[in-house]
Amino acid sequence: MSAEVTVRIPEALRQFAGGSRELRIAASSIEELMTGTAAAGYGALVNHICARDGQLRPFVNLYVGDASIRALDGLRTNLKTGDVVTILPSIAGG
Amino acid sequence: MSGREQRLAELREHVPQVAPEEAYRLAQGSATLLDVRDPEEWAAGSPRGAVRLGRSFLELKVEDAIPGMHDPVLVLCASGSRSLFAAESLLQLGYQDVRSVAGGYAAWKRAGLPSEHPRMLSAQERNRYARQMRIPEIGEQGQEKLLASRVLLVGAGALGSPAALYLAAAGVGTLGIVDADTVELSNLQRQILHTTERVGMPKTESAWQTLNALNPSIQINTHQLRLDSANAEEVVRGYDLVIDGTDNFPARYLLNDVCLKLKLPYVYGSIYRFEGQVSVFWPTAAPTGAPTPCYRCLYPAPAPPELAPSCAEAGVLGVLPGVIGTLQAVEALKLLLQLGETLIGRLLCYDATTATFREFKTTADPQCPYCSKLEAFPGYIDYDAFCRDAQVA
Repeated sequence: MSAEVTVRIPEALRQFAGGSRELRIAASSIEELMTGTAAAGYGALVNHICARDGQLRPFVNLYVGDASIRALDGLRTNLKTGDVVTILPSIAGG
Repeated sequence: MSGREQRLAELREHVPQVAPEEAYRLAQGSATLLDVRDPEEWAAGSPRGAVRLGRSFLELKVEDAIPGMHDPVLVLCASGSRSLFAAESLLQLGYQDVRSVAGGYAAWKRAGLPSEHPRMLSAQERNRYARQMRIPEIGEQGQEKLLASRVLLVGAGALGSPAALYLAAAGVGTLGIVDADTVELSNLQRQILHTTERVGMPKTESAWQTLNALNPSIQINTHQLRLDSANAEEVVRGYDLVIDGTDNFPARYLLNDVCLKLKLPYVYGSIYRFEGQVSVFWPTAAPTGAPTPCYRCLYPAPAPPELAPSCAEAGVLGVLPGVIGTLQAVEALKLLLQLGETLIGRLLCYDATTATFREFKTTADPQCPYCSKLEAFPGYIDYDAFCRDAQVA
């Protein structure tokens, strides 16, 4: 059974999440989270996180808690109920 | 025998003494060499690395300067007399292992041991920096360190403004300001170095005027240019660290690379509307554990322009860069003073709308083409093309 996790959406990508700050999606891995997010109607958001080959884009980081999935198991990183996944894109303003 | 001679004889009986050569050897380990002479005597030379605390405030301040009561303290004066009195005071305060350096600084010099000429603060400087010098972790020696420090701020805009103001106020001795732009009216909502009457003036000149008015005793170097692959090393070389106050990806990747090449800390900050990010990248620091990341490890490639619009395109809350630029200044001061825990290995994110700070771990990418092989710098690239060609494909 999939866990329900919270996905935090940064300001820069909120336009692709219907303006939401957070989404709650059922998923037991990051891969499932991407599929579930697209199925929930936020395909454009997923397109900005992952390239067509499914890989994480080099200008976006996904954190489970405070750890980057690049330092965990990438898209295969497991999720459990209550996990908070934060999307952090590169920003350049100054 | 005079009272003074009698008292000194008594002190010699029960205060252990140490020869300068032995004191030097011990000071390479856990012992602290404490120079208790007056500031004007230090100005003429003092043992290298000594803690300097004049006799008049010794008892009141020594526990802040030397918190460990069990580590050896080697007290030094001019000839070995005042240090006996000072050593006795320390023993009475509870220091367990206190010794007086026999013959004092005169004997230290005769033995050819290393000295330094500390930059002594003027009365005006003592007054100006009194509040931060009162912090035990900074003190007079920390202030001297700041005055001898050199910080380069790349960008005299929204992030660079608060950072430059606080670093100038703190007495960072040399500030370099890089910016090629002129002041525009639309900058003034957040770029607090500049004023309405300076619209049209080069930002470097405007920054110089503001910072010089705030603290005329520091050196402010202006570099009115756009940093690029050809000039970056020449501009950055000679500074102790770089603060990123730029507003575009090409400049950020260039700063990362030049800081790697020159082995300097890169104090990163960026903003978008209500959100900001701060970190410190310094993989070339002396290793103390696992390798630490560079900016490219965090973001291997830039976002395409449609996903990372500038402040001009997306808008920004004017106070936000005040928060982020100030955090960058704090990190810079900590790096210069070598105190606290910097944001190396951590990314701090601030969301102004919810008043929330969140912290994320940043880790070195073992495949990073730039920092994974520190001795083989791959060279500068065409940063504009690198960022222009970023795609969402």
